[in-house]
Amino acid sequence: MQFSEQWLRSLVNPELDSAALSHLLTMAGLEVEASDPVAADFSGVVVATIVSTEKHPSADKLKVCKVDAGHGELLQIVCGAPNAEAGMKVPLAKVGAQLPGIAIKAAKLRGVESCGMLCSARELGLSADHAGLLALPEDAVPGADLRALLSLDDIAHTIKLTPNRSDCLSLSGVARELAALTGAPLTLPEIVAVAPSIDDRRAVVLDAPAACPRYCGRIVRGVNARADSPAWMKQRLERSGVRSISALVDVTNYVMLELGQPLHIFDDSKLSGAIHVRFPREGESVLLLNEQTVQPAADTLLIADEARPLALGGIMGGEDSGVTLDTVDVFLEGAFFTPEAIAGRARVYGFTSDASHRYERGVDFELPARAIERATRLILDICGGAAGPVVEALAAEQLPARLPVRVRPARARRVLGIDLPDDVMVALLESVHLTVARDAQGLVVTPPSFRFDIEIEEDLIEEIARLHGYEAIPALPPKGTMAMLECTESARTGWSVRRSLAARDYQEVINYAFVDAAWERDLCANAHPIRLANPIASQMSVMRTSLIPGLIANLAENRKHQHARVRVFEAGRCFERAVEGAPVSGYDQPLKLAALAAGTAQPEQWGAPHRAVDFYDVKSDVEALLGTREFSCVAHAHPALHPGRSAAIIVDGRVIGVVGEVHPVWVERYDLGSAPVVFELDLDAVVQAGVPAYREFSRMPVVARDLALVVDLGQAAEAVLDVLRGTAPQIVRSISLFDVYHGRGIDPEKKSLAFRVLMQDTQRTLEDAEVDAAIAVIVRGAESALGARLRG
Amino acid sequence: MDNLDQLVVEAETAFAAALDGTQLEQVKARFLGKAGSLTERLKKLGALPAEERRMAGAEINRAKGAIEAALEARRAALRGARLQEQLAAEALDVTLPGRGTGNGGLHPVSRTQERVEALFRSIGFVVADGPEIETDWHNFTALNTPENHPARSMHDTFYLEGRDDVMLRTHTSPVQIRAMMEHVRHYAGEQTMADVRVIAPGRVYRVDSDATHSPMFHQVEGLWVGENVSFADLKGVVADFLRKFFESEDLRVRFRPSFFPFTEPSAEIDVAFMSGALEGSWLEIAGCGMVHPNVLRFGGIDPERYTGFAFGMGLDRLTMLRYGVNDLRLFFEGDLRFLSQFR
Repeated sequence: MQFSEQWLRSLVNPELDSAALSHLLTMAGLEVEASDPVAADFSGVVVATIVSTEKHPSADKLKVCKVDAGHGELLQIVCGAPNAEAGMKVPLAKVGAQLPGIAIKAAKLRGVESCGMLCSARELGLSADHAGLLALPEDAVPGADLRALLSLDDIAHTIKLTPNRSDCLSLSGVARELAALTGAPLTLPEIVAVAPSIDDRRAVVLDAPAACPRYCGRIVRGVNARADSPAWMKQRLERSGVRSISALVDVTNYVMLELGQPLHIFDDSKLSGAIHVRFPREGESVLLLNEQTVQPAADTLLIADEARPLALGGIMGGEDSGVTLDTVDVFLEGAFFTPEAIAGRARVYGFTSDASHRYERGVDFELPARAIERATRLILDICGGAAGPVVEALAAEQLPARLPVRVRPARARRVLGIDLPDDVMVALLESVHLTVARDAQGLVVTPPSFRFDIEIEEDLIEEIARLHGYEAIPALPPKGTMAMLECTESARTGWSVRRSLAARDYQEVINYAFVDAAWERDLCANAHPIRLANPIASQMSVMRTSLIPGLIANLAENRKHQHARVRVFEAGRCFERAVEGAPVSGYDQPLKLAALAAGTAQPEQWGAPHRAVDFYDVKSDVEALLGTREFSCVAHAHPALHPGRSAAIIVDGRVIGVVGEVHPVWVERYDLGSAPVVFELDLDAVVQAGVPAYREFSRMPVVARDLALVVDLGQAAEAVLDVLRGTAPQIVRSISLFDVYHGRGIDPEKKSLAFRVLMQDTQRTLEDAEVDAAIAVIVRGAESALGARLRG
Repeated sequence: MDNLDQLVVEAETAFAAALDGTQLEQVKARFLGKAGSLTERLKKLGALPAEERRMAGAEINRAKGAIEAALEARRAALRGARLQEQLAAEALDVTLPGRGTGNGGLHPVSRTQERVEALFRSIGFVVADGPEIETDWHNFTALNTPENHPARSMHDTFYLEGRDDVMLRTHTSPVQIRAMMEHVRHYAGEQTMADVRVIAPGRVYRVDSDATHSPMFHQVEGLWVGENVSFADLKGVVADFLRKFFESEDLRVRFRPSFFPFTEPSAEIDVAFMSGALEGSWLEIAGCGMVHPNVLRFGGIDPERYTGFAFGMGLDRLTMLRYGVNDLRLFFEGDLRFLSQFR
């Protein structure tokens, strides 16, 4: 809510400067978001009357004006404003004046002397209006200081109110709060009932009393709708962010800002019969003041007469029944609509209004009649006319209850952690017009009709804390029972996994969890992804089942700015439908870890040959992540990957992920350059780690023998190793592959695998014969199981 | 005997003239070899009378010792020179860069999250996790957010097609509920319950996208529930955290009244730095408050016996302030020109 500080100070005027005042409000929960001076900082500007204007002898668009600035002699001013004419009262920046960014000096403009400058609103920082000179009131006295005349030493404050504080959506509400906070006296406008001078009245029927338990109306006849709103009212409205429209509308806006009660004003001649506050009937529609036609939903309250719907109750008036400059008779409406009846309704039609904003948060239900009296007084004063009696339709039992709420001071002390005496609490609560009684269990507090946020003990504890001041509550070092937290070795943290990937030259990225449906279809073979009902863009419309597409997109993007070598990884959730699903039924939401490497295997450097990253480089990263845990790779088809260069990773019989080269089709489609290699693993499986367990080791000498076996070209090395290890006698400690050869000297259909076999006994030195026998057993095993032969 | 001394001088001179090991060995033979000058003299000793022979022998041996020492010294000098030459020849350009693999790095938001977790673990907070597709009940109802609250509208929340009881979580607060329920289950049937001390960092989603809003962003939720946890404790914990996180003991922290459905009293937390680019201005950094009694009840905890506080902060915002990043969108674009600055 925006308001003028001068207006506020007319209601309560504490001895605080503007900055202190806004700080005080902010620290009481009425956050002052912006404080904008209504005019720029200028000086030396006075009222001047233009006495005459003549065309400039050598410039078509300039005029030479003679002005009276109140000190006898006329001043000559050269001016370019199109609206400058004799008789007009305008601002004059005299020689020596300081305007934003300029100091005014006597000068010659195209050869003609000019002793100052006549100003537009923009030049004074009052508004963006630069169409012409700012026209001042006709009764302004030449020579008077402009700042004083227009009371420009004012600040427009904007406060951001939390939804529970609807009572502060008015000048009176803010003033009430400020008075409580400072102790300064509160002088709210005196509201005197206007005695009816005519007896005209319009009946009101509450057809939906639970939604609208109170409706007050009054006819005023014979108003002059063309009367000007007084300058003070326009000024207050404008400084509160409300545009002046016409006297009648300005009055309703003014009262709403002043008291917090939304008012509506009908053209009484356009109404027929009694006013009904009811829910809509099938097929009804209303043309609203914002020129929007709506078919109100069944739960949207209507104001109707006996012929037709007129307005959306508590939301917006109708175009056909509103006042115009020709209106003579008006019907003033001030009602109480319950927050439940208004909440969320306007949003359905795509707008909000000042009225709905207030009603859905809560408007003082004792206010309507008083607000109508206030508005009537202003209308009569400005527009003339004769007022009828105020008609009130009331369903008193449907008005919000203001039940007493108990607060136990001891509980408040415990929750807040401060030692605040009971009496202080009572004083704080009473300062904001809560009625406090005491009983054996504590304080019994009854809120006033304008507070909609006092229902439970905590509401009062909050009020006590807020008024005492959050800054007055100490920040205490926490106390609690100490217990050590888990620090598992068998399961690493995700951080240690991420750090180890970073140490292997991968950069972490964070990609959106919602992706393009095409990615899911192409790269994950997922034709039925989990779709968002309201995505912000079509390329962010489905939940990902894999991190790989996002990494591929990262590569494509980075390639666009000359990053050909890209190594990225992400750890994050993926989403899949699941019949059961936990913890949310219907979905599995596993955490996955994926990486992509593209470009050279190592950063470009002088000391190592350049080579593109390949499957085995990335497989080694997987091996590093899995540490000492045994895993196997099995050729595996994956829609994103090259069918001959991809593998499933299996740990303890369970597939925990994939590793492989991106399929050449996607390399071309997404313009990835050379084929990147990716892996994706279940993060839960990766964090598992073996806890080392010491075994006795042999201190006897180790015998090493190398062994080259010729096998079929397509034979998987891991299967050969499995056979060798399976047939190896006890003394064999390890068998490792150290060379793969395919080429000259070998059948083109075959390849040679070279293994190093390490043998060792636990108790004694091995003899040659034993070693030879062991190798023979291994070779025989390979021959019979794999058709391998020893390479000659 | 003079000529013995002279012989030693001669040998020293000759040794010094030898330029390498081979020459030195040849020169050595002239003095110490079988036909060398000293050997010759020793051979002649036999001809001397016994008394003279003893003295002359001693003299010759002394000269021999001196010549051998000179020889050894020259050998060492030549070895040293040879080593120096070798070392000089082997010298590398030590300014060439090291060889091998490079280094990657964590995402800046991860760096923040890792530190946030470490700081809170140091005072006994457990790190908890929750689903990102969350139930309406956990995300709203149990957090005391009524049916027609604006946050529940389509404008703010991503819903999934075909289900109106689930959504992408709009905050990490539902983890509060999960953590309390889990805790209560764990202590079921016992007289006393340990404090709940949990933080829950993670991704959250809202329908919003511009320079300061991303449809996906990060929060960290904190929750401490115990028999005497107060607002003063909340202030202490959060202020301590912020000062440690920003490594700034003079960081100013203020709490001002605010409103959230799931806490009461509620506060916004602002910080002001005493130096640097952002010096002086108050920056909103977190929301917090005492856990609303309804939320405690939904979590299965008796609000009469237990009180607690909760807070939620934007990890992205903490990261932006920490590293001076001025555009939130940079975090989610995967641009290595940005990300590689955080190594």
